[in-house]
Amino acid sequence: MADTLLDIRNLRIEATVYAPGEKPRNAVIVDDVSLSLERGKVMGLIGESGAGKSTIGLAALSYGRGGIRLTGGEVLLNGRQIRGASSATLRSLRGKEVTYVAQSAAAAFNPAKKLMEQVIEATLHHGVLSQAEAEARAVELFRTLSLPDPENFGKRYPHQVSGGQLQRAMTAMALCPKPDLVIFDEPTTALDVTTQIDVLAAIKTAIAETGVAALYITHDLAVVAQVSDEIMVLRSGKMVEHGSVQQIIEAPREDYTRALVSVRQIDHAEKAPAAEPLLRAENVTARYGAMSKDVLSNVSVELYAGQTLALVGESGSGKSTMARVITGLLPPRAGEITFDGKPLPRALKDRSRDELRELQMIYQMADVAMNPRQTVATIIGRPLEFYFGLRGRARDERVQELLDAIELGQGFADRYPAELSGGQKQRVCIARALAAKPKMIICDEVTSALDPLVADGILKLLLDLQAREGVAYLFITHDIATVRAIADSIAVMYQGRVQRYGTKTEVLAPPFDDYTDLLLSSVPEMEIGWLERVLSSRKMASAGN
Amino acid sequence: MHPVLKLVIQRLALGLLLLIAASVLIFVGTQILPGDVAQAVLGQNATPEALANMRAQMGLDQPASSRYFQWLFNALHGDLGTALSNGRDIATAIGGRLKNTLFLASVAAAISVPTAIFLGLLAVRYRDRWPDKLISAVTLTSISLPEFLLGYVIMYVFSVQLGWFPSVSNINSGMSLWQKLNAVALPAMVLTLVVLAHMMRMTRAAILNVMQSAYIETAELKGLRRFTIIARHAMPNALAPIVNVVMINLAYLVVGVVVIEVVFVYPGMGQYLVDHVSKRDVPVVQACGLIFATVYIGLNLLADIISILSNPRLRHPK
Repeated sequence: MADTLLDIRNLRIEATVYAPGEKPRNAVIVDDVSLSLERGKVMGLIGESGAGKSTIGLAALSYGRGGIRLTGGEVLLNGRQIRGASSATLRSLRGKEVTYVAQSAAAAFNPAKKLMEQVIEATLHHGVLSQAEAEARAVELFRTLSLPDPENFGKRYPHQVSGGQLQRAMTAMALCPKPDLVIFDEPTTALDVTTQIDVLAAIKTAIAETGVAALYITHDLAVVAQVSDEIMVLRSGKMVEHGSVQQIIEAPREDYTRALVSVRQIDHAEKAPAAEPLLRAENVTARYGAMSKDVLSNVSVELYAGQTLALVGESGSGKSTMARVITGLLPPRAGEITFDGKPLPRALKDRSRDELRELQMIYQMADVAMNPRQTVATIIGRPLEFYFGLRGRARDERVQELLDAIELGQGFADRYPAELSGGQKQRVCIARALAAKPKMIICDEVTSALDPLVADGILKLLLDLQAREGVAYLFITHDIATVRAIADSIAVMYQGRVQRYGTKTEVLAPPFDDYTDLLLSSVPEMEIGWLERVLSSRKMASAGN
Repeated sequence: MHPVLKLVIQRLALGLLLLIAASVLIFVGTQILPGDVAQAVLGQNATPEALANMRAQMGLDQPASSRYFQWLFNALHGDLGTALSNGRDIATAIGGRLKNTLFLASVAAAISVPTAIFLGLLAVRYRDRWPDKLISAVTLTSISLPEFLLGYVIMYVFSVQLGWFPSVSNINSGMSLWQKLNAVALPAMVLTLVVLAHMMRMTRAAILNVMQSAYIETAELKGLRRFTIIARHAMPNALAPIVNVVMINLAYLVVGVVVIEVVFVYPGMGQYLVDHVSKRDVPVVQACGLIFATVYIGLNLLADIISILSNPRLRHPK
C-alpha cells in the first residue's frame, strides 16, 4: 500500500513497575498490537485507563513516558522503522512528521512563554517555514479553530486564556508544522461538555481542512464516533476489536465492546417527594474570603429522605461551594439550612458530633481522600471508633459487614490504598461514609475520575445502598448521563444560581431554558453524525433569532 | 496601579522596615557591651569627673533613644562618626575599603554565577551520568574544604610553584584595571570555589523539579535538543529559587570574606571590621554592621523583586 502512513506491527511495550513492598518487576503494557493508518484518515483508539491507548499513541513518536520501553514489533512511519531509531532521527521527525496534542493543554504549555512562540516553535526548529510565514499560518489556524481575536491571540500567555482555548491552541501548535500525523490524546476529556463540543467541532474542521491523518485517543466512545473513520478497541494492552465506526457502534462483535456501547444506561425510576424534606437550603448566599463577588446567590433546594438530588453544572458554577456550605466548611453569608427539621449551625465547629455524623461526604479523588499509610480496616474503622466507640472484635466485624456491603468481601481489610484499583478505592470511601450511619451523603463528582464501566458499577452500588439503608444523596456532577441514572430531582446550576429545579422528569422535559438546552444538547450521543446535527440545529436556531 | 508595582513597593517598604530593625539591633547590641566609648577613650585616665565630662562632650549622657536617632540621622547623611582608635573619619576610611571589597566580590561573582548556572544546566543534561557526578564531586569537595586551606593550596600552586599571580593581593587606586584583576585573581578563585557548589546544586535541583512538567514533554515531542529544552523551557520556570540562592551567595561574597582577606592580606571591609572589633572601636563596628545589613537586605530584596518579575502570572494578570 503506497499511501500507508503509519504501520504498527505486533507492537510490544514494557515498563518497570515499582509496586510498594515488592521488587521492581517488568510488566507488559501493550502486547501484540497492530494497526495501519492511511494518509488523511482518522483512527480512534478507545479503552479504559490502563488499556495502553496513550502508550500506543506515543509509540507513533517512538516515545515512552517514564520507564516505558518499546521492546518488540515494528513501528513504520512513512515507510521507515522508527522503533529503536537514533535520537537524532527521532528529533528530526518529532514535531515535523508527527505531532502530539496532550490531554491537559493547561499543563502542556510552558507558563513562562507567549502562546505564539510556543505554537510556531517546532515549525521554526525544523525549518518548515520562515518566522513570518509560520506566524501567518498560526493566525490562520487560530481562525480555523475559531479562537477569539486570532491576530492577537498569540500575544497572550497560557494563563490568560481559558482551558478550552488552550486545548485549541495546542491543536494549532500540532498542525502548524504541517505534519503527516497528529496524535490527539484525550483532547477534550478535561473540558466541560459545553466547551467540549466546540473544541471537538474545531478539531474536526481543522483535520478536514488540512487533510492530516490522526490517531484520536479517548475513553468516550460517543466522542470518538464523531471524528473517526475507524475505531480500535483496546483492553489491558491488547486489541479487542477493530472496525469502521458504524460497525463498532451498530454491530459490535465482542462482549467488551458491547459493554462500552451500552454503558450509562442504568434506569432509575424517580421517587415522589415526601411531605417533609430532610435537607432544606433557603436563599443560601456565599463567597470566599475577601472576594467581591458571591459564588452562590440565593440558592434554595430541598432533598428528601432516601432520595437523590443532583446538582448539575459546569466547573465554576458553584456546585462544590454548595457542598462546602452544607458541610459547614464555608459558613454562608446569608440563608438558612435546615436538616431533619432543625436549623443546622452555620459553621463546622458549632455542630454537635451527631450533626456531623448524620452528614457524610465522598470525594472525586478517592486516592487523595485516604491516608496512604493506613489499611482499609483502619480507614473504615475510624468513624466506627469516633462516633460509636466500637473497638476490637466488634469493630472488625462491623468493618467486614461494611466491606461486604460494598461488594469487596474477604481479604481487603488488610490492604493499603495503593493496592486497590480506582473503583475499589472509591468503594472504600463509600464504606467509610456509610460507617457513620449517616442520613445523607454528599457525593462530589464521585464517578468523574473513573472509567465508564467502573463508574457504572459505583452508581449501581450507590442506588443499591440507598434502597437498603434509606440514605439520601446530594449528588454533585457535571455529567448529565450520571444524573439520568441516579437522580430523583435535579438542580441545574449556572454562575452560582439555580437555573432550573424540579423532579427529574420536569427538569429533563422541554421546554428548556437556553442554558439547560445548551447543557443537555452538548452531551455526546452514541450516534454517527450527532456533532453535525447539533451544530447545524444550533446554527438554525441562532439564524432564526 | 499595576499589581506587580504594588507588590514591588510592598517588598521595598518591608525591606526598609527590616533595615531599620537591623539598625536598632546593631545599636542596642553595641550598647549592651560593658563599658562605653568614654571609658574606652580615657582608658587608664578614667576619673569619675573626666568620664562625666567626656560623656557630656560626646552626648553619651543623652537617653539611648535620642542617641540612636542622632546616629541614624547622621548615618543617613553619610556621617558615620570618627573612629576612636585613630580619630579618623569612618566614612572616608570605609569608602576605600568598601570599594575594594565590592571589586573583589564583583570579580568573583562575574566568574562564579555564570559558571554555576552553566554547570547546573550541564548536570541536568547529563543527569546521573559521569559529567553530573564529576561536577557534583568537585564542587562538593571545594565547599567542604575550609576556605583558608583552599586559599593556601591555591596560593602554593599558582603563586609559589607556577608564579602566575601574586600571593599578596595588594591593590591601590593607582593601579590599572588589568593590574587590579591580576592582583585579586587568587582570592577571586577561592571565593568562586566556595560559592560555586551551592548555586550549582540549587540550579540543578530547581531545574530537575521543573523537568517533570508536562510542558517539558511537549518540548521533547517537538524534536528539540535536550540542552535547548533545559535552557529555554525549564530554566525560565526555575528562575525564582536560583535567583534567591545566587543573591544569598553574592551577599556572602561581600560580608563573609574576612578569612580570605586575611589570607591574601587584601585591604577590604572584613579585615577593617576585625581590626576594630579587637580594638573595641564601637562606632566603626556599628558603621560596618550597618553597611553589611544594607548589603544583605538589599540583595535579598533584589532577589524577591526578580522572582516577582519572573512570574508571568504576576507580570501579565488576566
